[in-house]
Amino acid sequence: MSIITNINKVFDHRIRLGIMSILMVNEYADFNMLKELLGATDGNLASHTKALENAEYIMVEKQFIGRKPNTRYSTTKLGRAAFKKHIEALEKLINK
Amino acid sequence: MESKDYLKDISEIKDLMNKSSRFISLSGLSGILAGVYALIGAAVAYWLVMNYSQGTLRLDGPIYQLVMLDLFLIALLSAVTGIFLTTRKAKKHGAKIWDATSRRLVFNFLIPLIAGGLYILIILSQGKYGQAGGLMLIFYGLALVNASKYSIGDICYLGYVQIILGLIGAWKPGYGFWLWVLGFGVMHIIYGSWMHFKYDVKNK
Repeated sequence: MSIITNINKVFDHRIRLGIMSILMVNEYADFNMLKELLGATDGNLASHTKALENAEYIMVEKQFIGRKPNTRYSTTKLGRAAFKKHIEALEKLINK
Repeated sequence: MESKDYLKDISEIKDLMNKSSRFISLSGLSGILAGVYALIGAAVAYWLVMNYSQGTLRLDGPIYQLVMLDLFLIALLSAVTGIFLTTRKAKKHGAKIWDATSRRLVFNFLIPLIAGGLYILIILSQGKYGQAGGLMLIFYGLALVNASKYSIGDICYLGYVQIILGLIGAWKPGYGFWLWVLGFGVMHIIYGSWMHFKYDVKNK
């Protein structure tokens, strides 16, 4: 039972898991990069980044590049720890 | 049944981490061809120096300029082949050729390479040409090790070998030419074949 409790509900979706995976190995990623890599629609991706943002697992930074608005994301300390815990739980489940 | 899903999760995580941070469409075949060009180019230079320059290379002679042109052509052909084959491979995978990962790769590869290239040109212009072969190997090796962080990690092994060969060349300048042939020719062919079979053939 204790293993199951480490499986994080926030990550219980392909897109969310994908966003976290990308942000774990990159300093930051912008919206379009995430969209391309994950093959998600704008609305879909926005709702999942919002969920991760609400959990305080990722940080959102809005800025302008020239005149174009650009949104970029990065992980928080909390998010990194939560993701690592989640991966460890997954590994334990697989090795069981 | 559930663990199969988790296994899929893990492999998807790994895949995304790689795809988002490394450019992995480099073609092994281009390494083999770069090695072949280097061998042909070295043979041409050897033939020129032996037949028209009494076995030694003088900095003020026309043969020296021909050898420099020869070197330049090897580099140009290797780069063009590499870009062409890598573009083809990326297209086949549906990967983008010019994105954040490939930009980062090219940038980090070129820093040691350009710094080294300029340095070699400067010392050549000062008449110190004994170290050129070794320096080319060292700087190229450093460029590869640097680039390996942004591409297939195995590239660093080729880099280490080039650096070691370069240091031997600095220590024994008399063997500079043969070490150059070994590093840029033979090692490229060995490494390119290894990559070709490991990544290209296996995934077909």
